[in-house]
Amino acid sequence: MTKFNELTISDAQKKIIKGEISCRELVLDCLAKIKQTDEKVKAFVTLNSEKALSLADEEDKRLAFLKDTKQIGNLFRDYPLLGIPVAVKDNFSTKGLLTTASAKVLENYKPVFDASVVKKINDAGGIILGKTNMDAWAHGSSTESSDFFTTRNPWNLERLAGGSSGGSAAAVAADLTIAAIGSETAGSIRQPACWCGVVGMKPTYGRVSRYGVIAMASSTDSPGPITKSVSDAALMLGVIAGKDEADATSSPTSVPDYLTCLGEENKIKGIKIGVAKQYFLKGIDSEVEKNAYQAIKILEKAGAQIKEISLLDPKYAVAVYTVIQRSEVSSNLGRYDGIRFGHDRSYFKDEAKRRIMFGTYSLSAGYYDQYYKKAQKVRTLIGQDFEKAFKEVDLIIGPTSPCPALGIGATKEASMFGEMQDILLEASSVAGLPAISLPSGFSSEGLPTGIQIIGPSFSEEQIFKTAFIYEKIARWHERKPKL
Amino acid sequence: MKLKRILIGLEIHIELKTKSKMFCGCSAVHFEKIPNSQTCPVCLGLPGALPVPNFKAIESVILIGQALNCEILKESKFDRKNYFYPDLPKGYQISQYDQPFCLNGWLEYKIQGTNYRAKIRRVHLEEDTGKLVHTQVKGKSCSLIDFNRSGCPLVEIVTEPEFDSSLAAKTFLEKLQKIVRYLEVADADMEKGQMRCEPTVNLEIEDGGKNYFTPLVEIKNINSFRFVQKAIDFEVERQFKDFEEKRIEKMPGNKTTRGWSEKKLETGLQRTKEEASDYRYFPEPDIPPIFWSDKQITNFKELFKKIVLPDKLESRFISLYGLRPEQAEILCRDKETAFYFEKCVELGKIKKITSLDIVNKLINQSKKAKQFADLSPKEFIEKIGESQKLFSLNKEEISLIADRVLKENQKIQDEYRKGKTQVLGFLIGLVQKEAKGKADPRIVQKILAEKLA
Repeated sequence: MTKFNELTISDAQKKIIKGEISCRELVLDCLAKIKQTDEKVKAFVTLNSEKALSLADEEDKRLAFLKDTKQIGNLFRDYPLLGIPVAVKDNFSTKGLLTTASAKVLENYKPVFDASVVKKINDAGGIILGKTNMDAWAHGSSTESSDFFTTRNPWNLERLAGGSSGGSAAAVAADLTIAAIGSETAGSIRQPACWCGVVGMKPTYGRVSRYGVIAMASSTDSPGPITKSVSDAALMLGVIAGKDEADATSSPTSVPDYLTCLGEENKIKGIKIGVAKQYFLKGIDSEVEKNAYQAIKILEKAGAQIKEISLLDPKYAVAVYTVIQRSEVSSNLGRYDGIRFGHDRSYFKDEAKRRIMFGTYSLSAGYYDQYYKKAQKVRTLIGQDFEKAFKEVDLIIGPTSPCPALGIGATKEASMFGEMQDILLEASSVAGLPAISLPSGFSSEGLPTGIQIIGPSFSEEQIFKTAFIYEKIARWHERKPKL
Repeated sequence: MKLKRILIGLEIHIELKTKSKMFCGCSAVHFEKIPNSQTCPVCLGLPGALPVPNFKAIESVILIGQALNCEILKESKFDRKNYFYPDLPKGYQISQYDQPFCLNGWLEYKIQGTNYRAKIRRVHLEEDTGKLVHTQVKGKSCSLIDFNRSGCPLVEIVTEPEFDSSLAAKTFLEKLQKIVRYLEVADADMEKGQMRCEPTVNLEIEDGGKNYFTPLVEIKNINSFRFVQKAIDFEVERQFKDFEEKRIEKMPGNKTTRGWSEKKLETGLQRTKEEASDYRYFPEPDIPPIFWSDKQITNFKELFKKIVLPDKLESRFISLYGLRPEQAEILCRDKETAFYFEKCVELGKIKKITSLDIVNKLINQSKKAKQFADLSPKEFIEKIGESQKLFSLNKEEISLIADRVLKENQKIQDEYRKGKTQVLGFLIGLVQKEAKGKADPRIVQKILAEKLA
């Protein structure tokens, strides 16, 4: 019999509605699995066990009050995450619960407020199970630069989980939770989701509120879901998306019902999907490449029209991203002086110091025009390049990461590790575009590979529809790592 | 060696009196509040908190900009000014760098009847910092931080360095204070720190047919108009002597900052190499750039049109009510008095009380700590009316009434003569009643006393 922690959100909901499981059992199974395997995976930095159980009991009481499945079903309309355990990346502010961004500087910081995303999850009936490991301050693509410990890839514990949302991706892949929240600045949702063989959705910049997310690069940070299926991602995004009065950069664009749109018939007939040769780089892993082409074939068979397109070389995006991200980081980390909370600056580790120095330099008088301002100009060009492409096609498809998960220790002495890993992700990030990564198969070594589908701003609906069709046919998401 | 010219530029900070702070919902009224009682994650700079601009504050800045004849920029943005100081919780101040809300204006001010025009370089909006309190706790010296002021909206106004005397600078500042008060966007009380001014001063000195400029000096810590004048005067003298001795000229990088001490009545060196500091300005990524539509610009203009400014009011008082310029100036020092005057004039028309009668009374009154504040304009007019009625009867007329009253009150006359002098008041009252209040009580008393003697 499947353990309840292995369920998707939608399956767990069905079982709760039928009365087959209680919310408490769902939380207990997750906690049991964490106890059993997280010593090896190391996905969580802080657990919220007691509070999670008491919340589950409250939800169970609420359910017990209702007589029939119809009433319970209605309750789920108002509380779409009712009783669902959610793991949250440790850069989301959680009231009364340690929030460290996996950085030593903040190892004792307990916020007095909830991030808007956390509040929305709570309001939707979701249960915060704990906080997940990440590269300290989200600086990295491996979760190896966490100031606490390295998160392992559930498919092979000698491999990296990716990052910076590595803890969230590994927790979902290892069934330590039903779903998770990550944040992406450039690749931090898609790349760990890819390496861990799960679904990661990076929404349009401004689609989800950043309020309460410890800022990395404010102009690109985008919170998003990491889940076991495309429909779970659609459901989660529906919960966390929307205008937030506390975030001036959040968009007032109305939020469609992502979940309902998945059920529509013939959803990808005639849809135009672009394949950019620049995204099949020289040196890309041959199995990653093969699996991506197979995925494209599947979509073509399903009715999509595949078209070859040309995009700017992604290397420009890496340069732009590096300058903008470091500049913003140098300013965003200024507040960690140890005067009001946390430790003083001596607790910053090498990677953070490197980025602070880089950004301080690129913003300095005399260099600003040469670096930051120029980077912003190129950023505009990258956006225009995508706009041009989206006049020809509806979506763009390509591999997520150029290779499957690398070994533990791969980031040592490689300060540009993340930027190289995320080369296929940074252009869409600096352009603020939505994109999903989902499993495209496995390498001969049994490691997951991934594809990403990128769309124009606020085209999440279309992306979900297409990803859903592919997932339904390919069914890679049904495979589980042996732990 | 001869002082050829004094050059003074002003940088003025004014706290806006919005209800809430610049980027969060905390109260912006922070004067003498319990330390740190008005704070939240945003103004404490807690991780993840984000700023959301206060539209009312932006509107206020644009009103000030219009009053200073500035151009309103259609595209504006906030920038981060990065520096470290314990009273700055985020490690940067949200300010405006190259696209402030308002640019390039001017303001006229008057010294002894002559008009001068000051050029305004820019008007921008930024957030205030917290406040450091250096004190002793349990016998130990320490510094405490109060974040109540953190994030309060602050307007910065920068003038061109074209004031040529401390009096000009002071007069300009007084005018500016009057304007922001008329706009009702700030109280601008210098003693409370609601208006802060930092003059930058240097001199042009002529010696042996050549002209020299002394190094720029920025003066801080000034908290009254009087001290603005004193500090500049002190600095002019000091710089002249300094140049005589050392002959150091203005150069890039030799600007210094000096602090004004009101105890010693002098400025003291605080910082050198001011221009070397680098604030690493860049556009604030947490706040989207602001683009005003034509309609919004029109709305700002409409809003401004509805506000009467002191200059306009003064000339109206002169042309419409025939006041002397000095009288108009006194009445228009604050909006309250000016509007009170206008209301009185309006009400006075019915009772045939002239605006000149009102202005005389009002100016005399205002010298004595605003006694009229307790009276409504209607009461004030009635009071003037009464006093005028009192004088409408002359001595002869009063004397006739007094004779009649005495005749009818023989008994009381007798009582008075027997030594019961307090009945005089009663008799005065009777005369007043007969005179329907048109007699001056002092004259009535005099006449009655004569007749009874």
